[in-house]
Amino acid sequence: MSGLMVDRELCIGCGRCVKACASAGIELVGERPNRFARPTDSCVFCGSCVDACPVDAISIEKDERADAAELASYAGIWVFAQVDDEGRVLPVAFELLGRARELAAERGCRVSAVLGEGAEAPSANEELLIAAGADEVLVCRDERLAHRDAEVFARWICDLARPRKPEAILYGATAFGRELAPGVAVRLQTGLTADCTVLAMDPETGLLQQTRPAFGGNLMATIVCPAHRPQMATVRPGVFAAPEFDSTRMGTVSEVSLDDSVVPRVRVLGYETADAGASIADAERLLVVGRGIGSKKNLPLMRELADALGAKLGCTRPLVESGWLEYPHQVGQTGVSVAPKLLVSLGVSGAIQHLAGIGGAQTVIAVNDDPDAPIFGAAHYKVVGDCIEVAEALLETLHS
Amino acid sequence: MRIVVCVKAVPSTTEVKMDPVTNTIVRDGRQAVVNPFDATALELALRIKDERAAAGEHVDVTVLSMGIPDTERLLRDCIARGADDGLLLSDRAFAGADTLATAYALTCGIESMGAPVDLVICGKMAVDGDTAQIGPELAGALDVPCIAGVERLVELCGKVLSAERATDAGREFVEVELPAVITVAKDAAQLRMPSIAGVLAAEDAPVAVRTAADVKADPTRTGLAGSPTQVVRSFVPERAHEAVPVEGTAAEQAAALATLIEEACR
Repeated sequence: MSGLMVDRELCIGCGRCVKACASAGIELVGERPNRFARPTDSCVFCGSCVDACPVDAISIEKDERADAAELASYAGIWVFAQVDDEGRVLPVAFELLGRARELAAERGCRVSAVLGEGAEAPSANEELLIAAGADEVLVCRDERLAHRDAEVFARWICDLARPRKPEAILYGATAFGRELAPGVAVRLQTGLTADCTVLAMDPETGLLQQTRPAFGGNLMATIVCPAHRPQMATVRPGVFAAPEFDSTRMGTVSEVSLDDSVVPRVRVLGYETADAGASIADAERLLVVGRGIGSKKNLPLMRELADALGAKLGCTRPLVESGWLEYPHQVGQTGVSVAPKLLVSLGVSGAIQHLAGIGGAQTVIAVNDDPDAPIFGAAHYKVVGDCIEVAEALLETLHS
Repeated sequence: MRIVVCVKAVPSTTEVKMDPVTNTIVRDGRQAVVNPFDATALELALRIKDERAAAGEHVDVTVLSMGIPDTERLLRDCIARGADDGLLLSDRAFAGADTLATAYALTCGIESMGAPVDLVICGKMAVDGDTAQIGPELAGALDVPCIAGVERLVELCGKVLSAERATDAGREFVEVELPAVITVAKDAAQLRMPSIAGVLAAEDAPVAVRTAADVKADPTRTGLAGSPTQVVRSFVPERAHEAVPVEGTAAEQAAALATLIEEACR
């Protein structure tokens, strides 16, 4: 039987599971002392009740025959190394290599970078990938990989992964990575966890524990892929620190090919490169505003403050949804992940998706009138007060 | 021509409020709505339908969902806005599906329609899951090309669809030959309101409710059993550290902040 299981011997009928459930997926039946919890048809298997149960009476069971020998035949962690239009490896690939290196050291396995480029690309990226932590670079230079076509890349990675059997593949959660990874998952019939903020690996079993914000709100979920390999995850840029580059590290470069049968089916008619200066992703100073600024008419004040701080302006998702600011300003899980030296946060409550995007900030100063606002949990300095008053006072101080 | 629009029922608010005392979720009467990205997908399908109708061609727009029986209400609302019919995959066997099992169920639903499907339009992602995986997985399962993250549908000329989408570097103009899957950004269009005639028609419109067995889905590939990924725990994140409070009058706070800002940027 698959499903949410409640051990009636252990269940004490306390009802904590019912309180923890957001979807009315579990209920109490019977009278004390014989009261016990029972899952309902509304259960979505989120696992909230499992964590809430004080006596470990609840579990999510699956009929799954994980063939231990088959699982053990997979080894090594792969990192997809996305390159930009100038042929540079994106920083997120280095960040992932750094984390993969740490996981591999505990697990005692190899780290491979997977690099696909156009036929004419110079061979400089391999060294960088090795310096960042790769033991091996699987590189293919083929004109069909010159333009980032997710289907072409997916078929290429699947062809590489089938005989080589990596136990995990990590991708940057870029626009391209988020299209590519599901294409690989469906072709290999394996699991994929989007936008992880924490990755841990069991050194014994190699089970990858992938933690991501869930339920659109204040919850984190830890997800595993117990019986399928490779285990796959995407991770937002800025979640992990960039590794130290060690140019003395040794690694191998293996040239691999792309099957002749793979033909791009999406034709690119043209493209425009966005103004990189407009990007908040690599701003050193950032002013982030949320619903707490009250009204759109306070935006000019915020822009003025941003200018005085020498900062770029970011915002939370509700402001973009209300049309106050454009999407490129949105900071968070579904917007841009940022890693500034200084982040001043005004009137931001701090939903977990937003917090997922500011983990890379070195110093966070938050102003909010709610002393319990979750943003304070991510802040180094806090001001409990009216963010407009604080903004005006700060502007005056900076001008004087 | 046949277009399938995949829609997901999502909670009307994606904010889960926590009770600060008990640290448990505060439940309220959250009513399910069509995922806003999928509403945009429907509008794009309806625009194609309108354009083709002007040229004398009939386009069938079917809304497809996997969900609880109540989702039928949402599919009828889609029909009131202009879709022709709906297919709801509803079965306990689908419960607990991750994206791979969901994409499989939707594929079975599409294949059960009999007639060939020229275009599948999905929202880029669901507001409650944010994974953006269903569209590309569906394309892989159907072995058709995919354009993810369409921000503007430029045109559909015969069997060639051209669109504009955001990429990591900027924007891109692409075209693809049907059949294909596209996923759309929320701002690509605004879903029209239902007409009175549409609402009346939707009451009697065909919404097929099918089980896993009806669409010949392999039970080992649906729902919890067919999902490679599994949630092992959901938890409220702990605060990493306590923020240092900056107190005093507004002027004192501003002065202190200015010093902190200077230090942070050094």
